[in-house]
Amino acid sequence: MNLTVNGKTYELDVSPETPLLWVLRDTLGLRGTKFGCGMGLCGACTVHVDGNAVRSCQAPIGSLGTEKITTIEGLSSDRSHPVQKAWIAEQVPQCGYCQSGQIMQAAAFLGKHPHPTRDEIDHAMSGNICRCGTYHRIRRAIQRAAGEAVL
Amino acid sequence: MIAQAQVSRREFLKTGAATGAALVVGFYLPERSHGQDSQNLQTKTFSPNAWVRITPDNQVTVLVERPEMGQGQRTVEIVLLAEELEVDFSGIRIEQAPTIPDIYKSLSTGGSNGTRSGWDNVRKAGAQAREGLVRAAAQLWRVDKKECRAENGAVIHVPTGRHFAYGELVEAASRLPEISADAVPLKEAKDFRLIGKPVARVDTPSKVDGSAQFGIDVNVPDMLHAVIARCPHFGGKLVSFDGADAKRTPGVRAVFPVAPLGPLDICSYGIRNLNTAGGVAVVAESTWAAIQGRKALRLNWEKGPGAGETTASLRRELERQAIAPPTFISVDRGDTPKALDDAAKQIEATYELPFAAHATMEPMNTTAHVRDGEIELWSPTQWANVIQDEIATLSGLPKSKVIVHMTLSGGSFGRRAQWDYAAEAWQVAREVKQPVQLLWTREDDIQHDFYREYAYHRLTGGLDKQGKLTAWSHRVACTPIRPVFDSPESLQDPQHSAEVDGADPPYSCPNVYVDFAPVHSVVPRAWWRSVEGSFLAFGVECFIDELAHAAGNDPYEFRMSLLQDDGKSGSEQGLNKRKFRDVLQLAAEKADWGKPLPPGCGRGIACYWSFGSYIAHVAEVSTERDGALRVRRVVSVVNCGTAVNPDGVRAMTEGAINFALTPVLGGEITIKDGAVEQSNFHDYPVLRIDQSPVIEVHIVPSTERPAGMGEPGVPPLAPAVANAVFAARGIRVRRLPIGTRLLKKW
Repeated sequence: MNLTVNGKTYELDVSPETPLLWVLRDTLGLRGTKFGCGMGLCGACTVHVDGNAVRSCQAPIGSLGTEKITTIEGLSSDRSHPVQKAWIAEQVPQCGYCQSGQIMQAAAFLGKHPHPTRDEIDHAMSGNICRCGTYHRIRRAIQRAAGEAVL
Repeated sequence: MIAQAQVSRREFLKTGAATGAALVVGFYLPERSHGQDSQNLQTKTFSPNAWVRITPDNQVTVLVERPEMGQGQRTVEIVLLAEELEVDFSGIRIEQAPTIPDIYKSLSTGGSNGTRSGWDNVRKAGAQAREGLVRAAAQLWRVDKKECRAENGAVIHVPTGRHFAYGELVEAASRLPEISADAVPLKEAKDFRLIGKPVARVDTPSKVDGSAQFGIDVNVPDMLHAVIARCPHFGGKLVSFDGADAKRTPGVRAVFPVAPLGPLDICSYGIRNLNTAGGVAVVAESTWAAIQGRKALRLNWEKGPGAGETTASLRRELERQAIAPPTFISVDRGDTPKALDDAAKQIEATYELPFAAHATMEPMNTTAHVRDGEIELWSPTQWANVIQDEIATLSGLPKSKVIVHMTLSGGSFGRRAQWDYAAEAWQVAREVKQPVQLLWTREDDIQHDFYREYAYHRLTGGLDKQGKLTAWSHRVACTPIRPVFDSPESLQDPQHSAEVDGADPPYSCPNVYVDFAPVHSVVPRAWWRSVEGSFLAFGVECFIDELAHAAGNDPYEFRMSLLQDDGKSGSEQGLNKRKFRDVLQLAAEKADWGKPLPPGCGRGIACYWSFGSYIAHVAEVSTERDGALRVRRVVSVVNCGTAVNPDGVRAMTEGAINFALTPVLGGEITIKDGAVEQSNFHDYPVLRIDQSPVIEVHIVPSTERPAGMGEPGVPPLAPAVANAVFAARGIRVRRLPIGTRLLKKW
């Protein structure tokens, strides 16, 4: 089967039930997308499928056809995506493990809600766990990326 | 645990031709046994203990020793070094120091010790390098070195304005005789240009573009992937298994039993309990195939000695031990029983804190390659040197033949100071003779953690007619952590196995008694961010709040009145009551203490001193009629001595607050049949963004030595929230987590 990731098409020979997460990590070597729970509960594996935030651990590769997949490696080539810039400006990451997923979630969310309220941010980001507790800065970074006044 | 490098002298040297001339500042140690193993230095002349390398192209490279787990360690080390070396810190290249513990003595961290342990030595390394460069420049110019000054990566001859970039001085500096590190004075605080100013973390760019390499991201050619089906019952064992279907799973290469590992005599650390569960390993070509193979296993476990253990049975025993004779008396000042009898008012309270998991976002993993006479490991660990020792002991190889690469860690909070998962990776790799990455799934992580201990406090206090505190008695009953990983000998010392450090209240009281009674459990326990502080502060700081109310006093004012410098409290050793008062006062001020809030809302205050840092939190909560509790805002004031990177101190405090909220608002590990009942984030709910408060951190300016900041934000948070719940609703929190049932009693 064929899979388009970050603008590049790959021909794959993997069983159709394999989750996209493990195809990205083990087969394609795109390890910026992280494994956190395997149940779609933590958001560490979030990628974009046709611009929508999707938990790649819950997306069997066989369910994907011509959709365009974007991972953290493909969000920008030089950390220039507004969400990445805001993440740097607010110094969000601590351990950083969940941040690929957080950034992909935030980027998809802002694509659809360019001027979110705090409650909308909390709602949109509540599926992404950060054990270092960077939530306070994630909120600020999303507001910054949205061009809103910082809390 | 954390050894400090002995800085005896420094040498410059040239590296081999492969890297061109380079100035390396090293600390020479008398023991040179492993010197030739230094892979990164390629030096032929001596075995340096080196942190700094400068090449003719002006590139400064720093070898950092301590692990980066999210706490900002690398940034702190670069700031400390660049401050003295007088270079732009953003251009510095970072390398993780190799596991050569005879040279690199601080390949580990724990006890919020990262900044503290680097404070002197890392600065000295920078100062020595600078001194050598200045001397080299003076020599080349044939001037007095007093006329020369280092600035921004160059040495300047002040009278003439001539200058040499550091790279131009490499060769001359390399020929200089030794300079004693202790002979080079360190900068005074007033001259700091980096220390104390917020800087951007050096690892942020790699953590926003997916390029940061964690343990799970290690990829070695021909690497296989493994998972282990572990015995879910602590102390239980594998009776039999059928791996036929697992072997037939596409991609699975091997299925074999893995023995549990117990106490091991690790040469430099004595006997340590590795505490692995044992089970059946499934090795496959991909992680997914290994996980699928594991699902196809048919396993028959024996429940073992913990079969009857449940959370209810543990609670019954804790309640019994809360009134049984003590095992260890920690504090006995004055005559507490008499003072309690004489008190005009006597208050008693109990507080219960169940097991809590670490649940780091990156699950445990280690990649191992067992070759003939050599083992290589890549591990997200807090303790590379211990892992090296452990695997050397297990395998019988000399330490020099065990190479440990300490990778970035996706969180730790104390979890990665355990040696279980690296040992398991070695066990698996030994069988497959090929590099193999052992990965824990989230279920493995939640069910095989080393949990925060189960604690139960009983406190009794006495007040006189004027509402003054006259007696304080505190029984700590808990499942202590030492028996899990320490040697049997060390446990014969009751103090060693007691969890009462930090239980002596800072508050003035003429009669204080603190003791301890342990409860046995099969559940593994160990360090959980702030260790005993995380539950002792809950007892002490909730109870002082109860006493304040019983005395008809404001909880903030009551604390302040008991923190005067009158020499009447026990924990005087090193304790500075003025610092306590300062953080409390500022926290109260910044949090609008005393200002009215709407009905159902309340503020709670708590403070704690740990790892040298003084912290006060004020939590503001709102409660709803359906029982929902929301922590809306936390104001935190920190005195941690010099804040090397104030933004890092803020980040650590924010993180500690959110980390501490999980066992308050959500997660609880419960036990049935000697096994953990929870398995993933659906039944072990950790704090999410919609539950997290707005956080304000204020740092008290200080030029004193830095104190620890990785953990101190945790202990006062839970009591601040519980006290806020009381302020909001008049309900005392006796047990964590705070369930909705408690608050439904409107």
